Amino acid sequence: MPKIKLAENTIELIQEICVEFENKESELINVLHKVQGKLGYLPAEVQEVIARELKMSVAKVYGVVTFYSFFTMIPQGEFPISVCMGTACYVRGAEQVLAEFKRQLKVEVGESTEDGKFSINCLRCVGACGLAPVVTVGEKVFGRVAPSDVKKIIAEYREGCTENIKTA
Amino acid sequence: MDTINLKIDNKPVVVKKGTTILEAASGIGIDIPTLCHMKLDDMNIENKPGGCRICVVEVNGRRNLAPACCTEANDGMEINTHSMRVINARRTVMELILSDHPFDCLICAKSGNCELQDMAHKLGIREIRYQGEQSTYREDTSPAIIRDVDKCIMCRRCETMCNEVQTVGVLSAINRGFQSVVSPAFEMNLDHSVCTYCGQCVAVCPTGALTEVDETGKVVRALSDPAKTVIVQTAPAVRAALGEEFGMEAGTLVTGKLVAALRRLGFDHVFDTDFAADLTIMEEGTELLNRLGKFLEGDKDVKLPILTSCCPAWVKFFEHQFPEMKDIPSSARSPQQMFGAIAKTYFADKLEIKREDMVVVSIMPCVAKKYECSRDEFKTNGNPDVDLVLTTRELAALIKLSNIDFKTLPSEDFDHPLGESTGAGVIFGTTGGVIEAAVRTAYEIHTKKKLPKLDFDELRGMEGIREATIDFNGLPIRIGIAHGLGNARKLLEDIQAGKSEFHAIEIMSCPGGCIGGGGQPYHHGNASILKKRQMALYTEDKNKTIRKSHENPYILKLYDEFLGKPMSEKAHHLLHTAYFDRT
Repeated sequence: MPKIKLAENTIELIQEICVEFENKESELINVLHKVQGKLGYLPAEVQEVIARELKMSVAKVYGVVTFYSFFTMIPQGEFPISVCMGTACYVRGAEQVLAEFKRQLKVEVGESTEDGKFSINCLRCVGACGLAPVVTVGEKVFGRVAPSDVKKIIAEYREGCTENIKTA
Repeated sequence: MDTINLKIDNKPVVVKKGTTILEAASGIGIDIPTLCHMKLDDMNIENKPGGCRICVVEVNGRRNLAPACCTEANDGMEINTHSMRVINARRTVMELILSDHPFDCLICAKSGNCELQDMAHKLGIREIRYQGEQSTYREDTSPAIIRDVDKCIMCRRCETMCNEVQTVGVLSAINRGFQSVVSPAFEMNLDHSVCTYCGQCVAVCPTGALTEVDETGKVVRALSDPAKTVIVQTAPAVRAALGEEFGMEAGTLVTGKLVAALRRLGFDHVFDTDFAADLTIMEEGTELLNRLGKFLEGDKDVKLPILTSCCPAWVKFFEHQFPEMKDIPSSARSPQQMFGAIAKTYFADKLEIKREDMVVVSIMPCVAKKYECSRDEFKTNGNPDVDLVLTTRELAALIKLSNIDFKTLPSEDFDHPLGESTGAGVIFGTTGGVIEAAVRTAYEIHTKKKLPKLDFDELRGMEGIREATIDFNGLPIRIGIAHGLGNARKLLEDIQAGKSEFHAIEIMSCPGGCIGGGGQPYHHGNASILKKRQMALYTEDKNKTIRKSHENPYILKLYDEFLGKPMSEKAHHLLHTAYFDRT
């Protein structure tokens, strides 16, 4: 069993979220959703605290975390990049866009760059098929992305002029 | 009461509302095949995820086929269990399952005992029309259990046992789709998890995905080493089940044949764990009376109830899950470990050999015993008190390997001095037996009176949690019994909450006790087998001339020659142990 090495306030945060859902086993997915929203990911230590608080086995918690692709045990980058692989985006070249992100950042899908700035994930349809292929970075949506745009998008975030982009 | 009228394969049948099609069919002799479904009657153990789809049947008027195990019978239903559509669907399902299953049946540990193999045979599968990717997961080997999940068919029986029955919570389905597999959290190995090695997952696994660690090769090697004195002990529950492996009726006692077989295998001395069970009663019974005495004198610090400590899976369970209560169980070692400690001191001295030249082999109904003997506290200078543990199943395999015709063997007696036992030692193998044996001795020592009768029917049975009050000559002793770790958890939570009024509690991890152990011949979901094994042990107890541990002459001699008295310093050193916080 990995030893709990979470900060006290992180444990308290998780406990508060569990209490919010009355420490009910049936609320596991909601608890996981909210905790991931706060911490960015669900490492083993976090799942152990949740299992303890909801009085269920950590194997079951892990079972749910690994069942849903939304949940992740890998820390997301400061700027999480998601490439839409829905039908419309896919037929308009999302795969090439994804390949270019992987090539430029030298990471695979589900991984983060060593400096912790970027992570790459795939998602299924953000409801902006008219803009296909679509890439999101954090909350911001980029439409009609071509592989040649990838370098520019990364550079914008890497060079720290992110404030403008975030509020754009 | 609501009754339902339906027709299955043109036979009319009347059932209670809520009955499944599967149950309704089985009531009129129609045996719908199932793979994932398992129900142990009277034990509240049922697994019906409706996952394998082998049990599909055709219901008149229903568009799709219905899984019989989890579809309720309705009024007026007309069901066909073997139409061409059903047979084709069943075969297709089977072929799809087999398309992602290794084809190494000839060399699989489960061959001949595999429910998947049997099903392929029953359905007459002669070719597999589907080809595709095969799962490839790593094998996970622990001190007791091997997980080879390539052979898993996702029936989820192990998950039901681990989570709902035992409440250990190690196994869960993880991942999704083709990647899904039953695994401990974070895909860690079993030996890093809180697994107790109770082996109930192994006991119910329909395939070779979960099996025990096979030690038969090591035993053969030890037996053929002329420098080693190899002695064997055999646990009570083995004699009530081993015969099943040779086609004998469940519940047939094979004690004499078992001894004969062990002798023919080449063991130098054939002894009985029942002897050590009698020894356990001397130590544990004395500990109970000591604690009780202090309690009656008004000592507020004394820990009551006392809990039995014979079961290694139960010990590991409370070490992980209730470490704050590790002072409550008796400090007495299990009979297996008491036997090993006495064999490698007292008996080795008698033979004038070094402990290193002695190999102690145990025949156990249990897979957790393999783990127990590897615990560091049961070793002297790295040499374990018990070297090797074989399950009942492994012993049967070894007997077959050695060309011994078990059924025609004569009945033989155990060797002396560690083979003499009483009826009290025999019933250790069933739920309620340890505490009954303890009561027989504690009563007579405490009251200094002879018991009027030795059969305590109030302590016997198969209910998961039982309680009884035994009158110790005016002193009412309240006794609790739990089998199955989920039931044990309930009793422990009551103790924690200060709600427990028991003086002594017996706990066994496996449903039914050791007779239902993870190392016993597979019951394949038939709970009546466990009851027959239980009856066999009570019969052997009844047939014994001596039925109380404290009257075993060889036990008295052991104390006289070697240990002094129960709970003496020497007894403490050799026969008692301590528990650890494993959180």
